Amino acid sequence: MGRGKKIMTGTHFMMGNLACAEGAIAAGCEFVSGYPITPASEVVNRLAKRLPEVGGIFLQTEDEIAAICSAIGASWAGQKALTATSGPGISLMQENIGFAVATETPLVIVDVQRLGPSTGAPSVGLAGDMVQVARGSHGDYQIVALCPESPQEMFDLTVRAFHLAEKYRVPVFLLADAFVGHMREQVIIPEEKQLEIESRKIPKGGNDPMDRQDFLSVDVAPMPVFGRGFKAHVTSSCHDEHGMRNLSDPEVMHRYISRPIDKILNHRDDIIQVEADYSGASIVLVSYGTVGRSARAAAHLAQAQGLRTGNVRLITCWPFPDREIRQVAESVDFIVVLENNRGQLYPYIKAEAAHACRIELLGPETLGQIHDPEYILARIREMIK
Amino acid sequence: MSVSAHPFRRYMRNHVTRTTTCPGCGNGIITQAILRAIDELGLDMDDFIFVSGIGCSAWIPSPLFAADTLHTTHGRPIAFATGIKLCLPEKNILVASGDGDLAAIGGNHLIHAARRNIDMTVVLVNNGIYGMTGGQTAPTTPRGLTTITSPHGTLEHTFDICAMVAAAGASYVTRWTTYHPRQMTRSIKKAIVKKGFALVEAISQCPVQFGRAAKLGKAVDMLKHFKENSIRIDKARNLDEEALKGKIVVGEFVDIEKAELASEWARLKQEVMEV
Repeated sequence: MGRGKKIMTGTHFMMGNLACAEGAIAAGCEFVSGYPITPASEVVNRLAKRLPEVGGIFLQTEDEIAAICSAIGASWAGQKALTATSGPGISLMQENIGFAVATETPLVIVDVQRLGPSTGAPSVGLAGDMVQVARGSHGDYQIVALCPESPQEMFDLTVRAFHLAEKYRVPVFLLADAFVGHMREQVIIPEEKQLEIESRKIPKGGNDPMDRQDFLSVDVAPMPVFGRGFKAHVTSSCHDEHGMRNLSDPEVMHRYISRPIDKILNHRDDIIQVEADYSGASIVLVSYGTVGRSARAAAHLAQAQGLRTGNVRLITCWPFPDREIRQVAESVDFIVVLENNRGQLYPYIKAEAAHACRIELLGPETLGQIHDPEYILARIREMIK
Repeated sequence: MSVSAHPFRRYMRNHVTRTTTCPGCGNGIITQAILRAIDELGLDMDDFIFVSGIGCSAWIPSPLFAADTLHTTHGRPIAFATGIKLCLPEKNILVASGDGDLAAIGGNHLIHAARRNIDMTVVLVNNGIYGMTGGQTAPTTPRGLTTITSPHGTLEHTFDICAMVAAAGASYVTRWTTYHPRQMTRSIKKAIVKKGFALVEAISQCPVQFGRAAKLGKAVDMLKHFKENSIRIDKARNLDEEALKGKIVVGEFVDIEKAELASEWARLKQEVMEV
């Protein structure tokens, strides 16, 4: 085999989960931890082979709790780190996702969603974790989550997830599903210099956190990674700008909650990506992830039949693209929200749209199956009758 | 005016002037044993990353120690420490946490870190009770003891943590009480130097919660109890279960050399990259 290529530049026919693994390596990830779970296993299977070739480590942990904890530990040790799982694993990780939020730890968490609740149907895709990734850990916080619609985006958005994680010192979700994870399609991996790759800022020096601001900056505090003499104090207990625990000052508690939230919301224009194609349309299909493919096909069918139909695909689902949805609602007559669930983002979309236009939810004919574009069109015709 | 400072004050953060421990707590003896071990080995605080969980003894390194410290969620310090060690293999990782944190909620990570034989020192402070939350039964509580959550006496058997960690495959396993600070210091030194997973179980007095529940009196009475009821492993080997009832077996249980995970990774990466 020989020393592996860091970036497999070229055109490939590749499974989505493998494209995700290659995206991680291209982004400079050198520590991955995970516990086997369908339909995410191929991500770590690939990385277990590839990482040692590029000087990295894959740790198969005793459970998903250890997976996220060791990845957070690796990130504090200065490495770009990733863990990959599916919904049941996310449920186990939730407490420590909150730890990553509270300690402003850059980290990529891949969730290849499967049909639930509970054990459900492991190899069937269903976007059932849309809210749990953003609201599943206790306390108040914001999260960044990106939703790929293709194997190509499994690569591109994994690279982008690392970019955002490092730039803003936050955990970032790649929120895929079994369909896109197992789909095989053309994946173009560009040259390294064409990739936008960012590495976290670290402090210029100092061996006393009381002389530095290590946390709670809305403009992202440099991260005092371990092993370089910074004598960092890291705790997920309520802490001040130096990382020192403070359970008595309400002002510190306010900043401990608000600053990490504002760090994300103040930069929402840089973080949020929405694919919008609805000029002149009166009906707009709003979707994300795999469903975006069906939505696009349905819009084409509808246009061919004279229905002025457009598309809006949320590439970034969290922070929630509220302004973008409002803008759509205020320029069309009817929004149809396509989700492969019983309406997880629908309440959030409705809250931004209902004042300006009609809005309906449309799941697939059978939950867990991909929306049939003909079915979408037929239902739209019924709705507008 | 000259101010004299404790010789180990230099290992502590300047601005930290108090601890969270109750009067009579064993944390102070164990803190000193850890710092004395580092001092006697001639190591620097920057050679270490300290990791702790949630509970009274998790406050030993954080915020006190002037070093990189990670105060984690309940039960998970060993899992965090595993990621740190694999990415900073040249550093010493020292985990300090309690019996509830490491052997109850975090027991699985303790087992698997020992199995992997990853190089770290775990100082497991065993006070036999949940102290910080008000004196609830722990897996380490002596059978029959009356606690807040076992008002009629615990029905469950007591966890032998050293036996479990030894069975899981650790390189170094030892147990001392806070009555044995010199032996404990010596064992922490060996644990730090040992290339592999090293457990130092430190039986510690909690006069405020355990002492009251067990009617063992104050801190000094509990230390006397440790003195009178501790028995060295070499003597204990010849005694039957009945004779060992209520005794605390102390000493070194395991001290072996075997392949260590972080070094194995360094070797593997080199092999794979050179092929």
